[in-house]
Amino acid sequence: MHSIKRNKNIRLFGTYLLLAIVSITIFYPLAWTIGASFNKGNSLVSTTLIPKNPTFDHYIALTKTSGTFYYFQWFLNSLKISVVTMVLSVILVSITAYAFSRFRFRGRKNGLIMFLLLQMIPQFSALIALFVMAQMLHLVNSHFLLILIYVGGQIPMNTYLMKGYIDSIPISLDESARLDGASRTRIFLQILAPLAKPMISVVAMNGFTGPLGDFALSSVILRDPKSYTLPIGLYNLINDKMGASYTTFAAGAILISLPVAIVFILLQKNFVSGLTEGGTKG
Amino acid sequence: MEKSKSRDRSHARIAGLLSIIPGVGQLYNKQIIKGIAFLVVALLYITGFWNLFNMGFWGLFTLGTEVPRDNSIFLLAEGLIAFLILCIGLLFYGLNLRDAFKNGEKIDMGQHPENFINSVKSLFDTSYPYLLISPGLLLLIFTVIFPILFSFALAFTNYDLYHTAPAHLANWVGLETFKQIFTVDIWRSTFFDVLGWTVIWTLVASTLSVAIGIFMAIVVHQKDLKFKRLWRTILVLPWAVPGFVTILIFAGMFNDSFGAVNTVILHALGLHAVSWMTTASWTKIALLFIQSWLGFPYIFVVTTGVLQSIPEDLYEAAIMDGATAWEKFRKITLPFILNQMAPIIITQYTFNFNNFNIIYLFNNGGPAVPNSTAGGTDILVSWIYKLTMSSNQYALAAALTILLSIFVIAIALWQFKRTNSFKEG
Repeated sequence: MHSIKRNKNIRLFGTYLLLAIVSITIFYPLAWTIGASFNKGNSLVSTTLIPKNPTFDHYIALTKTSGTFYYFQWFLNSLKISVVTMVLSVILVSITAYAFSRFRFRGRKNGLIMFLLLQMIPQFSALIALFVMAQMLHLVNSHFLLILIYVGGQIPMNTYLMKGYIDSIPISLDESARLDGASRTRIFLQILAPLAKPMISVVAMNGFTGPLGDFALSSVILRDPKSYTLPIGLYNLINDKMGASYTTFAAGAILISLPVAIVFILLQKNFVSGLTEGGTKG
Repeated sequence: MEKSKSRDRSHARIAGLLSIIPGVGQLYNKQIIKGIAFLVVALLYITGFWNLFNMGFWGLFTLGTEVPRDNSIFLLAEGLIAFLILCIGLLFYGLNLRDAFKNGEKIDMGQHPENFINSVKSLFDTSYPYLLISPGLLLLIFTVIFPILFSFALAFTNYDLYHTAPAHLANWVGLETFKQIFTVDIWRSTFFDVLGWTVIWTLVASTLSVAIGIFMAIVVHQKDLKFKRLWRTILVLPWAVPGFVTILIFAGMFNDSFGAVNTVILHALGLHAVSWMTTASWTKIALLFIQSWLGFPYIFVVTTGVLQSIPEDLYEAAIMDGATAWEKFRKITLPFILNQMAPIIITQYTFNFNNFNIIYLFNNGGPAVPNSTAGGTDILVSWIYKLTMSSNQYALAAALTILLSIFVIAIALWQFKRTNSFKEG
């Protein structure tokens, strides 16, 4: 009896130790960035985890614009592109998935196979074409074109996920609503959409985080520093001056990460159930 | 009546034939408004797109004949758009023929074809699903399918820095570029170097994320562990912070001269500074570490969900049989997790295969390799990006894109055949 208890204590001690180490590995880079953002000076050479002379200078520097530096413009650009992409993706994906899940029409099977293939070919393969297309249409620097491209890219995979999710909602619900005289549009809006909420959250999250983190496609289309999104802007900030403005970058990084992380953790529960149910059904 | 249905289709045939000119068949069926509407739409289509078709198909075949008037690449794009619009037009043309024939059949059977308002209503009724999918489908055609077709077409031209408008034209060269990838020494060696690292990267980075994620989920799932919610929130943090930010942060931390990894951590451990950014093998190790850091929380979260759904009585039965903790894990937990999560695990692999951001943002795919367009840690996608954006070798980039797509699709199809998501359709 004694040894069982001792074994258990050893196991628990090991577990807490492991969790502590992992937590430190997770927190260290984040804490280091927070530290850097409050440190005096521009370079990282003198940076310490806990700043000796904390300063808000770098946050103030973010508000200033110069020839190639427009932090808040980038911030707004990113936010705008992500939100619009998210809304449009949710709408288009939901109605497309509804059609594929609930109706039997000519071309349905081929359409599904097409989605399956398209979700495997990365949108990346279209890079050269998007580059040429932007020039042809005189839409270089156009956020509108970028949003359309993002939404188009969101459709195949998310429609597939959403279709699978709607498939799992019993069709008898539709039928009884039908008997009560509900139209097909109403059935979708009032019965299926509320039930598909977990998967709608997943689609919304993909629609928001996809554009937010994209570098490749946006860097092809956005050439003017004013039209940049955060990934391009911050990447150039670090690379242009050979690390000389790292502390400004740190402040900028914190300012975007904090709200995103908080919203993410608050909304986590909503999309996690969609992910586990939708993703594991296979 | 029954017999005439199968025999007499003269009206249907005539109407079908007449609607070779869209609308005329409908007029013949006495659907006046519909017929006129069809005629007008057809006229608008032809007059509206005539120039595009004319230019487009000429351009598609010749890629231009005169400098500086013609720009081969724009001509190619126009040609493909003309092709897509022609396809859409033909689809509606076919529907028009069918409509005339079907309504003609009705007349043959002694019924009246519907009047305009009713046929609009029934159109709305039967084509409701098409109505739902058409906005998404149109967007998909012009922002995804067209660009992919375009990229694929480029692979069969010689478009590069030396065949660029306005001074030069590009030409169709067939499979020349593909041949060169495998015959020109410098291209072949670069291709196989990059492909090799892409495969290793995909396998190791994904497996690490999956293994760490599952392991941490099981660790936190232990019944007698306290502060579960706190641990779960902490472990999800790397997923919550935008990935590009984290990668750039790590790029600073791993910096050879001023990064914290060298100046603080290794220093404290009494180790020498490591050239993370300038020696390819060290960069690879750093990349694998960062991707594990970034990738495990997703698997952790999903595994946690799966663990909670394992029926408790399975374990009770196992305890009755005197199973050890390890046996319970091997025989119950692990098979359950792997079985449930197969699709999600597969997406980890396809994700990392195309994981451009971490490779490019961390160290530009570098360190640079002498005499090569690819850096020491470039994977296929980041190499393609560089070929397009900095060395202007568009045709080569496009040919590599095709090879990459074939590779990904082949593996994915093979995998999907094994899971059953494909059969449900």
